[in-house]
Parts: sequence; C-alpha cells; structure tokens
Amino acid sequence: MNNLLVLPLLIPAFTAVILIFLKERVDLQRIISAVSVCLNILVAGIIVYQVSAKGIQTLYMGGWLPPYGIVFVADMFAALLVLIGAIVGAACLFFSFASIGEERERFYYYPFFHFLLTGVFGSFLTGDLFNLFVCFEVLLVASYALIVLGGSKGQLRETLKYVLVNVISSSLFVATLAYLYAATGTLNMAHLSMRVAEAGQGGVLNVIAVLLLIVFSIKAGLLLFFWLPDSYSAPPVAVRALFGALLTKVGLYAIIRTFTLIFVQEPGLTHTLIAWMAGATMILGAIGALAYNDLGRIFNYNIIISVGFIAFGISVATQDSLNGVVFYLMHDMVAKALLFFLGGMIISASGTDRLKEMGGLIRRYPWTGWMFFVLTLALVGVPPLSGFAGKVMMVRSGFGQNHVTLALIALGSSFIVLYSLIKVFQQVFWGGEKREEQVKPLHYKAMMVPAAVLFAIVILMGVGAETVNGYVSQAGAVLADPALYINAVMKE
Amino acid sequence: MELIVALAIGVLFSVGVYLILSKSLLRILLGTNLITHGVHLLLLTMSGLKTGAPPLLGEKAEAYVDPLPQALILTSIVISFGVTAFFIVLAYRTYRSTGTDDVEGTKEERQ
Repeated sequence: MNNLLVLPLLIPAFTAVILIFLKERVDLQRIISAVSVCLNILVAGIIVYQVSAKGIQTLYMGGWLPPYGIVFVADMFAALLVLIGAIVGAACLFFSFASIGEERERFYYYPFFHFLLTGVFGSFLTGDLFNLFVCFEVLLVASYALIVLGGSKGQLRETLKYVLVNVISSSLFVATLAYLYAATGTLNMAHLSMRVAEAGQGGVLNVIAVLLLIVFSIKAGLLLFFWLPDSYSAPPVAVRALFGALLTKVGLYAIIRTFTLIFVQEPGLTHTLIAWMAGATMILGAIGALAYNDLGRIFNYNIIISVGFIAFGISVATQDSLNGVVFYLMHDMVAKALLFFLGGMIISASGTDRLKEMGGLIRRYPWTGWMFFVLTLALVGVPPLSGFAGKVMMVRSGFGQNHVTLALIALGSSFIVLYSLIKVFQQVFWGGEKREEQVKPLHYKAMMVPAAVLFAIVILMGVGAETVNGYVSQAGAVLADPALYINAVMKE
Repeated sequence: MELIVALAIGVLFSVGVYLILSKSLLRILLGTNLITHGVHLLLLTMSGLKTGAPPLLGEKAEAYVDPLPQALILTSIVISFGVTAFFIVLAYRTYRSTGTDDVEGTKEERQ
C-alpha cells in the first residue's frame, strides 16, 4: 500500500475544480496552475525514486484486495511515463501562459488542461481495465473541449469528427470489456493475465485481444490514424503540443500494457498483427510527411511515423526491444512537445504556416533555428542525443529476431523524418524573408523558457543515456516478464 | 431470454450504424445514442440475466446476481450522458454557425 500513488490524479483534479470558481481571476489561475504542475513533478519524482528503491508500488482503493476493487499500480514504466508526462505538461502550461491568449484563459482553458492531465496520469497508473476506460473518457472529454475552445468553423468541424470517432471507439471498448468479463470473470489486469494464461488464449480471447488492439490503435493513431492530421491541426499550438506529446502516447501505453501483460500467449497472431500495422503506419506516415507543405501537417505526420516506430518495438517484444520502446517513448514525448513549441514560434514569427511563404528567420531568431536543427537530429536518432539509444535498441533486436524487413522500414522512416524536417529547416530559416509585414511574437522570451527546458532534457537524456538506461531496463524487465507485475499486485 | 436481448442488441447496433452513416447531424447523434444503449445491454447480458437473488446478505438465497456488471453499466451510462450532452451542444453550435445540420455544410474549400 502506498497512498502517494493517487496524488498524480488528485492534484490536477482538485486544481481543475478550484480553477472553475476563479473564472475571472486569470492571474490567480496562472499561479495556482503553476504551483500544481510543479507539485506534480515532485510527486512523480518521489514515486520514481520509491519504485527504483523498493520495487513495484500498489494502492488498493478502499482497502479491497485484488481481484476485488480497483488497484493502482506503479511499476517503473508507469512511473517514468508519469514523470515525463508531468514535465511535458508543465512545459505546455508555461508555453500556454505566453501564447494562449486572454479569451481562452477566461473561458476555462486551465480547468480543462488539468482535467486532461488527470485522465492521462490515471491511465498510466491504473491496474484495472474498466478504470482505464474511465480515465480515457476523462482525458477525451477534456480534449474535446480543448479542441473546440475558440469555436471557429474549422474547430467545430474537426471536433465533430474527433468526437464521433472517439464515441464509436469508446463504445467498442465497453463492448470488448463486456466480452472479456464474460470470458474471464475479472477486469483486474494482473488477474486477467493469470486467467488468460490458465485458460489458454483460444478463439474468443484472440477475438477480444484483436478488438482491444483496434480500440487502442484508434486512440494511438496506429494505422487507424485517419482522424489525426486534421483534428490535431485545429487547436492552438500549446494544445497541439500537449496532444502530440501525451494523447497518442496514452494509446500506445495501453497497447504495450495489454500485449506485454495480458495477451502474451499467442504472439504469432497478435504481435504479427501489430508488426504489420507498424510497418504500414511508418510507410503511410512517411508519405504524408513528404506530401504536405504546411508546417502543421508535416509535424502531425511525424507523430504518426514515431507511433509506427514504437509499435515496431512492441511487436519484436524482446527485453532489449522493450527497453528501447520505453526509452524512445520518453524521448518522443519530450521531443514532440518541443517540436510543436518551435513550430508555434515559427508560425507566429512568420504569420503563416505555409512553407513556401517563409524564409530567412535565422537572422531574427538564431536560437529557435539552431534548436530546431539539433532537435531534428535528435528525432532522427543521431548520437549523442536522446533519440539514439531507444532506436538502436529497437532496430538491433529487430535484426536479431528476423524482423529484417520491418527494421529496414524503420530505418528508412528515420531518413524520411530527416528529409522532411531538414526541408522545413531550409525553407524556414535560410534565404531571404518573403513576407513584407513583420509579425513579431508578443512573448518570445516567455516561449523560449519552456522550450529551452525541454531542449536541455533532450540533450541530457542523450548524454546521460547510461543513467537513464538503469531506470529504463528496470521498466523493460517488468514488461518482459509479466510474473513480476502479477506477484506485486496479487501478493496479498 | 438471452437470445431475445441479443437480437435486440443487434437491431440497436444496425439501426445506430445506419443513422451514423447519414448526413444529418441530428441523425448521427441519435445513432451514437442507440449504439451506446446497445453496448450497455450487451454488458448486462454478457454476465447472464437473472441468475439469482439480489446481492444482499439478508436474502439468504442459493445464488446471487453478480453486481459488478451493473456497477460498470451505471458508470458507462453516466459517461455517455455527459458525452451526449456535449455532443448536442456541439451540434447546435455547428448548426448556428453554418445554418444547416448537414455535415457537408461544415466543409471548407481547400487550397
């Protein structure tokens, strides 16, 4: 029992409720939000320390021991994601201060922001599939509101599509849970893992596994990403950064948890399916990243490529590749948020998001330019930056396990990432300015601070990869051996 | 009994899908509602209908009904209630800004 585990949920939830009552006091809202996110980082840091010192931490809600009641579980994987999520969330909050605008701040932007964080941390920490559904809904409802806030015609259109897709996939999720409960009689993840192993993963359970894969793939944008590029282009940059960094990763987390803990008996079916989906996602994402000429869509397709890349690591499913998945997931959360921050600065500095109308920004904003260049290298996976360690572990075990085609696609997709982002770098920062009127962003320095912090993390995670790898391999060990997780949850 | 409910669920799903595939926002909204109802019924049916007495100790019965699916349905109904309310407001705002409830009306000419 460790009561600390519920704090990452409680802190943002309470903050959001308090902020609702402070609608008109924007300054107070900012202060409370800032304190709340900093507190969250602290709590997440303590949880990571406790897990590394004492092993997997659990919290049985209301004292009901599993398989009854809801259990919260922090293994190293969940704890690390909560920590990185808290850091990225804080950075997005500080970026919002500088860029979101007074109107949104007065119309409940910050409460929705904190409700979104509540759902994200809840999804990472819960050890119960139905509770995972509830946390998904919390973060989805908050994300609906964040997309539509502002109410322009484009936002309304994209929100309609986004809500419809997610309502359908949530219905499918509940239906799958109904089948799963009928087949196994439990929804506790650790207990499910035991029951599935006892019953053998036969016909019905395979169908359920594939249904779950479909549900989570819609959330993660794995192959079923048709909704993603448009929906993620609608809201302002701070929200895009939050979505790109956290929302698809929650879907990926659910896939990883389900297919490393519960449905591990038939990798020939499920993991092959994930492998095919990963390959297709990388290829289609690469085509999208090359095809478009506006900044928003290029970045969105870059999100899709990295989702495919991580799914490739999941499908290989050795200890080494799972280490790589954890490492790359952490890197990608930070790097994608930073990518959108820099993109936001570029767009507000040049007053357009079309590449053809940009140019010459390096003269006015050298720091943004060079940060973008280094970030590109990090996303491609050039050592000693943060993308390298994860990629090398995944690709190495891909070749080792005879997933040669997929490993080659993964390497190829890295080159596409390099090409598409260097193209952006060239057109935005080189040459002469093409626009006459100069739109100077109002709070350039305030935008630079959160970007610089994330930039420092990208560098530190790369340079200190050996230290990070200590934690990451502890996470990967639990993913590779479900027994560790089951014993920690079901021990009493 | 299970068979009849299963058929009812099937009808709810098919009608729901048919409505979602139409172009009117209101019909799409009703379609999602029907599908959610179907899912809730499914959840209830999968645990077996009326397998024993209410799950209260005072009943002193041979067998009790499993209360968990009902708790799950309650949670799911509350969530779908909230989402539907949001969806209705969203559809209404879209209607106000475009003047039509046809989804084609929200299209924008792409460059």
